Amino acid sequence: MALRETTERVADLAGEKYKYGFVTDIEMERAERGLNENIVRFISAKKGEPEWMLEWRLEAFQRWKEMTEPKWARVHYPPIDYQNAYYYAAPKSQMERPKSLEDVDPKLIETYKKLGIPLSEQKLLAGVAVDAVFDSVSVATTFKAKLTEAGVIFCPISEAIRDYPELVRKYLGTVVPVTDNFFATLNSAVFSDGTFVYVPKGVRCPMELSTYFRINASETGQFERTLIIADEGSYVSYLEGCTAPKRDENQLHAAVVELVALEKAEIKYSTVQNWYPGDAEGKGGIYNFVTKRGDCRGKGSKISWTQVETGSAITWKYPSCILRGDDTVGEFYSIAITNNFQQADTGTKMIHLGRNTRSRIVSKGISAGHAQNTYRGLVSVHPRAENARNHTQCDSLLIGAHCGAHTVPYIESRNPSAKLEHEATTSKISDDQLFYCLARGIPQEEAIALIVNGFCRDVLQQLPMEFAVEAQKLVGISLEGSVG
Amino acid sequence: MSEMMLEIDDLHVTVDGKEILKGITLSIPAGEVHAVMGPNGSGKSTLSYTLAGREGYEITRGRILYRGEDLTQLAPEERAAKGMFLALQYPVEIPGVVTMTFLKTALNAQRRARGEPELDALKVLKLVRVKAKALNIGEDMLKRALNAGFSGGEKKRLEILQMAVFEPKMAILDETDSGLDIDALKLVAEGVNALRAPDRAMLVITHYQRLLSHIVPDRVHVLTKGRIVKSGGADLALELEAGGYERILEDA
Repeated sequence: MALRETTERVADLAGEKYKYGFVTDIEMERAERGLNENIVRFISAKKGEPEWMLEWRLEAFQRWKEMTEPKWARVHYPPIDYQNAYYYAAPKSQMERPKSLEDVDPKLIETYKKLGIPLSEQKLLAGVAVDAVFDSVSVATTFKAKLTEAGVIFCPISEAIRDYPELVRKYLGTVVPVTDNFFATLNSAVFSDGTFVYVPKGVRCPMELSTYFRINASETGQFERTLIIADEGSYVSYLEGCTAPKRDENQLHAAVVELVALEKAEIKYSTVQNWYPGDAEGKGGIYNFVTKRGDCRGKGSKISWTQVETGSAITWKYPSCILRGDDTVGEFYSIAITNNFQQADTGTKMIHLGRNTRSRIVSKGISAGHAQNTYRGLVSVHPRAENARNHTQCDSLLIGAHCGAHTVPYIESRNPSAKLEHEATTSKISDDQLFYCLARGIPQEEAIALIVNGFCRDVLQQLPMEFAVEAQKLVGISLEGSVG
Repeated sequence: MSEMMLEIDDLHVTVDGKEILKGITLSIPAGEVHAVMGPNGSGKSTLSYTLAGREGYEITRGRILYRGEDLTQLAPEERAAKGMFLALQYPVEIPGVVTMTFLKTALNAQRRARGEPELDALKVLKLVRVKAKALNIGEDMLKRALNAGFSGGEKKRLEILQMAVFEPKMAILDETDSGLDIDALKLVAEGVNALRAPDRAMLVITHYQRLLSHIVPDRVHVLTKGRIVKSGGADLALELEAGGYERILEDA
């Protein structure tokens, strides 16, 4: 009753809460509008790529033209006109990639400062190196010298293609094949920038690595490509963050992330996704169609995905693990929050190929307003995967009476020794819980943030310390205005 | 004369269109403990929820003054910040929210609303530890999720701990004795008695007399069918125990 009235009242304010919605006024160089072979050639030329890379892209583009957009996800949006967008946009001031931080356009430094990402190494969070990607280009990478000392390569992928072609050629497209799916193939043709990481044998990366993705230009898609290779016995923890300006249009973000863990290596990959979610009426926002996959290629390796998905109008994303080596471990920890008219269809695939492989899935979906939130996951045990184990826990929390939560788990086992467990719950924030908090002096929005953070606790604990507090705050902010 | 903490005058309350409280008049001065006793369905919980400001409890007539201020104009969280406290009959479970975190969040929300500086985690911890010890609440209980999997006794002890931490001026205890065995009851009653103070008033709502042997009230009011039918001293509770509510109703 009164709950609903207040929901409507505060819903008006909800769109105002996105504090990263500003636009940086900077002169841009763009490709022509639309997508054709010339655009692919243009992007490749801009990046100064070798011939093999261009051919790889062109092949992808040929394949993409014959593919159709997947329609199986529980998300609804008007058809995307792929010819009515820009596929490359870069600040003119960055045409020559700056040699050092001093040469970076002050407007860009200021932008990242406003986003809470100071690019000056002294001011950075201790122990976190940052690669800052602005529309289609990487504008700065910090702590490179310190990382080089340890033998770790951390650079924009465009630079890696030029400087470490043998590494890139060996691994690019081996986890997510060029023809994997419509959006991955599109990305393969037009990807612009992203991060490349190589951690050599036996090295424990001395700091957290992170990439901060910013979409700024209007009517432009962002197609980042990230490749992380952890060589035998190495360890790396990587975190990405994403934001975009508030606009009435929908913008496409189609990324591909590939992780390769060789024998006994471990990769921990965390995402805090806060793309502009659209306004309270569902206008605008990012279409986040992303393919992320890790390959536990070597025996005893481990890949762990942690994602906090709060932004985007539509999220279509299934960070997955191929447990190829024996004794490998895959983990997926997810918080997906949808408010207003946001739609999320997200989950994971755990493909058990090797013996004694173990996987764990913990998914927390929170739905408020008119949002729809779907967990979609696959646990697949192949015939050779003796003693495979999986534990899946999917919890959904509903706030208000107009949202939806859906759970679509697929389980395929072709080996009788597999042990697979699936638990799922759906709950609501009850009036009793809210009243209890209010009666103890906790105002409504703080109470919701508190209850939801409690609901997500298992996942938040997986985030690197430096980001856990920020993520907790974000959980609260994303749900502001969700209940009266 | 001591300050009047709570003045309820001709209070009528409707829930889902049905009148539950039909004209309650009651005043509690600072330093006193009053008990409201009544059978099931007499309106006891409606009274406590109305005082705490729960949504859906509509005041159709009468007024409530808290320390001279019109209480009905305040939201539940504002009442809490101004020193009102309701210990619930059924404390709510909040999975994943660590009890200590909840205490800190609530205490600081109240302090913020009063314009007082917030306390850091360490200060809150020190404050809570001392008070928890008196109620036999261990560190492990404070680390568990709020009320999740707590026994009846643990839940009620935690309510009293919150009262001790927030130091309210006006505390309402709604059937704090329900679901407690005699040892747990004693422990809770000791906790409440320790909080009796000249500048604090309490309203103890209960069905049974047994709690009032441990928390001896200054006044007892008998509530039936939404009205207070009889008031008296602590002896009235014993009379009720001996004769039952029926008898009192007949006399009234």
